[in-house]
Amino acid sequence: MNLGKILKNVLLVTLACLVLSACATQKKSTNQLQGDVYTGTDTVEYLASGVPDRVFFATNESILTTKSRDTLRKQAAWMRKNSDLTFVIEGHADERGTREYNLALGERRANAAKDYLMTYGVDGNRLSVISYGKERPVDSGSNPLSWSKNRRSVTVKAN
Amino acid sequence: MLFRYIFILIILLPIKAIALIEVDITRGNLSPLPIAVSPLSIDKKSKESFNKILKNKDLGSEISIVVENNLKQSGLFNPLNKNAFLQEPDIAHLKPRFEDWALIKAQALITGKVTYFDEKLRVEFRLWDVLAAKEMMAIAFTTVPTNWRRVGHIITDKVYERLTGEKGYFDTRIIYVSEEGKKTNRIKKLAIMDQDGFNTKYLTLGNELVLTPRFNPTNQMVTYLSYFRNLPRVYLLDIETGIQEVVGDFPGMTFAPRFSPDGKKIIMSFAMDGNSDIYTMDLENRVVEKITNHPSIDTSPSYSPNGKYICFNSDRSGYQQIYVMKSNGSNVKRISFGKGIYGTPVWSPRGDLIAFTKMHKGKFYIGVMRTDGSGERLLTENYYQEAPSWSPNGRVLIFYRETKTDEMGEGFSAKLWSIDLTGYNERLVDTETDASDPSWSSLLSN
Repeated sequence: MNLGKILKNVLLVTLACLVLSACATQKKSTNQLQGDVYTGTDTVEYLASGVPDRVFFATNESILTTKSRDTLRKQAAWMRKNSDLTFVIEGHADERGTREYNLALGERRANAAKDYLMTYGVDGNRLSVISYGKERPVDSGSNPLSWSKNRRSVTVKAN
Repeated sequence: MLFRYIFILIILLPIKAIALIEVDITRGNLSPLPIAVSPLSIDKKSKESFNKILKNKDLGSEISIVVENNLKQSGLFNPLNKNAFLQEPDIAHLKPRFEDWALIKAQALITGKVTYFDEKLRVEFRLWDVLAAKEMMAIAFTTVPTNWRRVGHIITDKVYERLTGEKGYFDTRIIYVSEEGKKTNRIKKLAIMDQDGFNTKYLTLGNELVLTPRFNPTNQMVTYLSYFRNLPRVYLLDIETGIQEVVGDFPGMTFAPRFSPDGKKIIMSFAMDGNSDIYTMDLENRVVEKITNHPSIDTSPSYSPNGKYICFNSDRSGYQQIYVMKSNGSNVKRISFGKGIYGTPVWSPRGDLIAFTKMHKGKFYIGVMRTDGSGERLLTENYYQEAPSWSPNGRVLIFYRETKTDEMGEGFSAKLWSIDLTGYNERLVDTETDASDPSWSSLLSN
C-alpha cells in the first residue's frame, strides 16, 4: 500500500466521520430524542427553580432513564425541604396504544416515579398517583416527537 | 321507561311457504338481494291522528324508510327505488301483482299497513317472495306511537331473520363516548343512540372524563370508567333512573369493566403500585374476587358467552398479547402469536371467535381469531382504530377510528365505524359529535 492510497483512505474516513457527526448533531438538535425518549424542554414546567416537573419514557416502557432519575432526585430534595406539601403524580401514555392498556401503563409510569422519590426519602403518604392513559396529551401532533412528549409522568402540587 | 315498551305480537298466518329466497351472510355479499320496500299504507284518519301526535306527515312512508335504510346498511340487500313501484301500497298489501314487482327486478317485497287504534300504533306487515309468488311471513303488532322508529327496526329484524336464518341486530342501541373540544383537553360524555344513529341521548354532562361504557345483558345498566372527583373508578349507571354508583371500594384505579353474561358480576382491572390485575365483583353480595395474580399488566377482560372462560390482555410475555383462562383464573394460555402486538380482546356472542385490535409496524387492525388463537383474520387496517364490539348476532363489529393530525397538530377526529365479519361493508356510523368506545346492546325486543 503506498502513501497516496493511505492518505486517500484517511481522507475518506475523515469525510465519512464528518458527515455522520453532522447527521448526529442535526438529529439531536431537531428531534430532541434519545432513542425515543424525549430530552427537550418544550413542555417542561418547574416546581421550583431548577426542579423540572416531569420525566419522559420510551414507548411501552416505564423504566426511568439516567436523566429522569436525575430530575426525580432534584424533585425529592426539594420535596424534603418543603415537607408541608403533598403531590399528585400523573402518569400518561402516547396515543399509539389501546385505551385500557394505556391506563395501566400510565399507572405503572406514575408509580415508577413515586417509588424513586420514596427511595430518596419522600414519605409515600405525601404522594398519590393518577393515570390518565392517553386521555390528556400535551402535544396534539401525530409524529414520534409529539408522542415522546406525551409519554410522561408529571409531578403536580396537590395543596 | 327507556327500554321496556310493550309490544303485542301476533303472527297473522302460520309460515307455510318454503323459502325460495335465501341470503347467504357467511361470505362477502357482492350481489345484494334486490328488495322492494313498499311504503306502508295508511288511511286518512290515522294519518291525521299521527300527524297531530308525532308531527309526522306520513308515518307509513317514514317507517318504510327506516326499514329500507337498515336493509341497505346491512350490505346484504339492495332496496329498490320507490319511484319505480307500480302498485299502490294498500292494494299491494292485500295481494301484490307479482309481475309488476318482477318487472322492476325485485326478488322480495315488503308491504304493510299502519293504523291509529285506541291511542296506539298498530302495524301489520308481510314479506313476499316475488318469483315464487308467495307470502313468506305476516306479522302484526301494537305499540305506543312514539315507538314508531323501533317498529321499523323490528320489521327489519323479522325480515332479516326470515331471509338469512339468523337473528337480526336492528332493534338495538349503541352506547358510546361523545367527544368534543381540543385533542389535548377532550370533553367526554356518555351517549346512547339507536343503532342507526337516531334518538341520541346524553347520559352525563361532561364535567368529568368518562370512558369505556358497556351494557349489561338486559341493556338497563351500564358499567363505565369515570374520573369523578379525580378518582378513576368503575361505575354502574341505571339508564332509566339515572342513578350512578361506584363499584366496590378499591384503594386505587379500577378500569376496563364488563358485565358477566348473566349480568350478576362486573369484571374489571384494579391497578395498585404499578401493577394491574383482574378482579370480579358480585353485584348482589358485593364479594370481590381476584382472578389474575401476576406482576404484569392484566386488563381488558371479556367473558365467553357461557361464562366459563375469560379472554384478556396481558404483557406478561414482554408485550401486549391475548390470553384465555378459565373464569376462576386457572389454565392461563396465550393465544395470540402473530407478528405485532394485540389488545382489546372481546368474545363473540356466538362463542366461536375473539375480536381484537392488533398493532403492527405503525398500523392498527381490527381482526378476529378462533378462541384457541388459530385462524387469525384481519378485517381492516388504519392509522388508528381499536375497541371492537360485536353486534348481538355476531355478524358485525363496531369500533372507533382516530385520524392523524396535520403538521400544526390540527384536524383530529374520532368516529365510529362498522364492518362485517366477512371484512366487507365497512361503514361510517353517524353520530352527532365525535365518538369513541362504542358498545352494542343486545336485541331490545326479545
